[in-house]
Amino acid sequence: MRTKKKIVVIGNGMVGHKFMQAIAKENNANEFELITFCEESRLAYDRVQLSSYFSGRTAEELSLVEPGFYEDNDITVHIGDRANHIDRDKQVVTSEKGVSVEYDKLVLATGSSPFVPPIPGHDRENCFVYRTIDDLEKISAAGKKAKSGAVIGGGLLGLEAAKALKDMNLETHVIQFSSRLMNMQIDEGGGSMLSEKMEEMGVRIHTNKNTSLIEEGKNAVHKLNFADGESIEADIILFSPGIRPRDELARECSIETGERGGIVINDQCQTSDENIYAIGECALWEGMIYGLVAPGYNMAQVAADQLIGKDNAFKGADMSTKLKLMGVDVASIGDAHANTKGSKVFTYVNGPEQVYKKIVVNEDCTRLLGAVLIGDANDYGNLLQLKLNDIALPETPDALILPQRDGAVAGIGVDALPDTAQICSCFDVSKGALCTAVSDGATTMAAIKECTSASTGCGGCTALVGQVLNKELEKMGVEVNTDLCEHFPYTRQDLYTLIRVNEIKSFDDLIEQHGSGHGCEICKPTAASIFASCWNDYILEENHVGLQDTNDRYLGNIQKNGTYSIVPRIPGGEITPDKLIVLGQVAKKYNLYTKITGGQRVDLFGARLEELPDIWKELIDAGFETGHAYGKSLRTVKSCVGSTWCRYGVDDSVGTAIELENRYKGLRSPHKIKFAVSGCTRECAEAQSKDVGIIATENGWNLYVCGNGGMKPRHADLLATDLDRETLIKYIDRFLMFYVKTADRLQRTATWMNNLEGGLDYLREVIINDSLGLSAQLEKEMQSLIGTYQCEWKTTIEDPEKIKAFKPFVNANTADSNIVFVEERAQIRPANDDERKQLANA
Amino acid sequence: MQTAQQENITWHDICAISEIPKDAGVAALVEGQQIALFSIAKTSQVFAIANYDPFSEANVLARGIIGSIGEALVVASPIYKQHFDLTTGQCLEDETVAVESYPVRIDNDRVYIGLTV
Ligand code: SRM
Ligand SMILES: Cc1cc2nc3c(=O)[nH]c(=O)nc-3n(C[C@H](O)[C@H](O)[C@H](O)COP(=O)(O)OP(=O)(O)OC[C@H]3O[C@@H](n4cnc5c(N)ncnc54)[C@H](O)[C@@H]3O)c2cc1C
Ligand code: SF4
Ligand code: FES
Repeated sequence: MRTKKKIVVIGNGMVGHKFMQAIAKENNANEFELITFCEESRLAYDRVQLSSYFSGRTAEELSLVEPGFYEDNDITVHIGDRANHIDRDKQVVTSEKGVSVEYDKLVLATGSSPFVPPIPGHDRENCFVYRTIDDLEKISAAGKKAKSGAVIGGGLLGLEAAKALKDMNLETHVIQFSSRLMNMQIDEGGGSMLSEKMEEMGVRIHTNKNTSLIEEGKNAVHKLNFADGESIEADIILFSPGIRPRDELARECSIETGERGGIVINDQCQTSDENIYAIGECALWEGMIYGLVAPGYNMAQVAADQLIGKDNAFKGADMSTKLKLMGVDVASIGDAHANTKGSKVFTYVNGPEQVYKKIVVNEDCTRLLGAVLIGDANDYGNLLQLKLNDIALPETPDALILPQRDGAVAGIGVDALPDTAQICSCFDVSKGALCTAVSDGATTMAAIKECTSASTGCGGCTALVGQVLNKELEKMGVEVNTDLCEHFPYTRQDLYTLIRVNEIKSFDDLIEQHGSGHGCEICKPTAASIFASCWNDYILEENHVGLQDTNDRYLGNIQKNGTYSIVPRIPGGEITPDKLIVLGQVAKKYNLYTKITGGQRVDLFGARLEELPDIWKELIDAGFETGHAYGKSLRTVKSCVGSTWCRYGVDDSVGTAIELENRYKGLRSPHKIKFAVSGCTRECAEAQSKDVGIIATENGWNLYVCGNGGMKPRHADLLATDLDRETLIKYIDRFLMFYVKTADRLQRTATWMNNLEGGLDYLREVIINDSLGLSAQLEKEMQSLIGTYQCEWKTTIEDPEKIKAFKPFVNANTADSNIVFVEERAQIRPANDDERKQLANA
Repeated sequence: MQTAQQENITWHDICAISEIPKDAGVAALVEGQQIALFSIAKTSQVFAIANYDPFSEANVLARGIIGSIGEALVVASPIYKQHFDLTTGQCLEDETVAVESYPVRIDNDRVYIGLTV
């Protein structure tokens, strides 16, 4: 009987674990026995995501080890035990706890350790490194008692550590020896843009600072003295000036190591001892240490393949990186410093938006060599592919980084990439592999991630993976997905019909009969809106509350600080002096910011959740109703003063506006609806920019539809002319119900019309000539909605149970202390960040 | 020291389960911390995460819509719509962002939240 081959792995970090997964996958014949030494107190975990520990991710969630993996594969793990000697002659490893194991093959995956410079005082209490979960636990405990922290080292890891300090609400300093941040990856220009951004986020950056002594501070635990005579104080110090490969075991047994550290390996990941391999951050390949996980994974696969007997070699790896540091996009590709002889540089700097982009190209400007992106890294995927695949550049390479003006498409289409192009470097997924996955049925982003792992690592490739997916789907002739969301394989129009025809009245029934999962913030409000358009129940009924967007749920528009605004309906913009006085009194009593809106009414801002019912009670007692400013529903019907007063007016625009506003108030629709009525062709009410616009003529009313102001203005189309009052209303009834029935979610009438096959002519056929035979039904449905109108605020304040929902806390009557106002021009406004902090300290 | 923390959980009686609206959230104030509680009617579960939305910097998560993305139960922030996992507090759009999550116990129709001391 053949004995099993014994493989011992020293180090159970990211790469060591990857190696064992690779062997286990091929170990069906039980040919190998695996034994590993794991110095840390826990099995392999995701070090790349280490910082998320500070934002709440637990050690278990960071674990890379699937439950049962070691047991199922008979892997012996010596946890919390450090290998401390290798006897190469006897092929035996011994450990700190006295275990000794023979090996046939040995794999060193010992990673690296943070470098702690020998500054006097570096070993004082509250001085840490940032590498393991244990480190983070210590930092987090110390952070609770600290006010400030300093990171020594402004590289990639240093800035991550700085974010951790910031997350703990500490005053944060970054101390950098050289003249700019991330000097390994980015250039001077990018570095200063990055510093500026970081400073803006409240991180103090100190460049050109050589820390010479750490001693007891006056106002904080430590005082850091710099060689230039300056100093700062901080309670915590994190060392992150660089990493050192952990090659101590190799050195001790005389395996070849590099002059500046690292275990020398060949393309097969073998060390100078053919039975010993080294992989990951401890390995030195062609003079290079790779401080990134992807090359380490690559090495793990190569070493595993050697042992299994497959051909494979490590051929180096790309060091391009993209990351989000404290919310700032930072990316660097290839030769970012333009070190290549004859290389040329293009730079784009946008001061106000703090964007910095640079590309480095070869002498004749035909190939990309490197790039730096700060503040906007959307081009990362494209640029990386240009570089990796040596693709010819456009004639004007600067087009690659200049802002894209209308219509122009910069960069490259994914079509231009060869199948061998590596799209995801974390998991080494090529374009070809993605295409195969798509044709094998992975037609959503989620499915692609699941079967190829692409875009599940650093996420840098997500945009590009998406583009490949879409292109492939397009080629396969797959229709663009029009599903509302992952929970319903229907369009909004389909759902409307299902709800109406099957008389579905609750979301539970809807999702049970026609959907899956728990719903989401897309389908829930859509369903709520359709229920209201069909059945017009009170929107805060028990079954509907959870479906409403926060604005609908609290019957007010949420503001940036979590307070709400109050907009009572003022039909047609007409208001009596007495009612105006009430608005003033209420605003004064509750100290609300008061503004005349663009919709001819008054908005009162800054009401706390708990104040809403009281305020509305006073308004309703004075004869006001809700203005539905929060709803996807009728907003305002603006009017001009019209024939009553105006010397040119030909009809009563105010009276008509009031009548229409009262008729359609409360109508829930795919998006908000706005009207205006002008008393003559001078159009002072701007009716032609509204969803429904009405202009008086000598012979009646002209009806315009599908206008829009806002983001993309559209002039309304003239649907019918010289209508009498009755016909006017009939047409509007039909028009609105037809829109409600057929539009997409959040589609204003303007976009709806732009997408309507047959356009205005078709609409005329349906509305005026009744080509679909729908008119009577549409009018009837509208009549039923008008008949069931209620002022939601009135219903709410009359029900003590509903009022309870406005309590700030279910278990306390305290107010949210985070809401702070300051005064400006004699009214309140939300305090900004700095003001809030100042007030809190005062 | 960390393991000791695990064991030192104090349970706070918050409210009756019926006080959390069906498939929606409420805010609670526990020892000065604002916590968002969510109920999932179908499975009679209650989840607790911080009420503070790190993106808008306002205490509003309890007022978001809950639902699912794939297998994950999530709440969408009512202000800028980022999703947070109800069990872990992890933000789905930005892996570097997560909010605190808290253990929940239901006893005799009362909802208890566990805080570590
Ligand atoms: C208060 C007001 C601005 C003002 O101080 O004048 C306002 C405020 C808001 N508008 Fe507006 N719009 C206001 C008149 C307008 C107008 C002018 C008008 O109605 O004559 C327009 C252009 C006309 C139009 O809609 O076609 C307008 C186009 C928008 C848009 C862009 C819509 C579009 O189709 O492009 C949005 C965004 C959206 O709805 O998705 C928006 C959204 C908003 C929201 C709801 C943004 C939000 O989600 O927080 C604002 C909150 C209101 C609040 O908190 O009370 N607001 N908004 C106006 C309220 C009118 C009213 O009495 O109800
Ligand atoms: C905060 C942080 C953020 C990072 N972000 C990124 C990123 O965004 N992208 C990226 O690509 N990379 C990133 N990295 C780097 C990445 O984590 C490493 O490249 C990767 O972990 C290397 O894997 P490894 O297995 O070689 O080393 P490690 O993961 O360090 O594993 C080595 C293990 O071996 C153990 N060990 C050492 N000597 C012995 C011994 N004698 N006996 C027993 N056990 C021993 C160590 O305790 C350790 O557990 C980051 C690292 C940190 C710390
Ligand atoms: S639209 Fe005509 S009626 Fe109305 S205010 Fe202007 S000029 Fe006068
Ligand atoms: S490149 Fe990191 S996930 Fe694809």
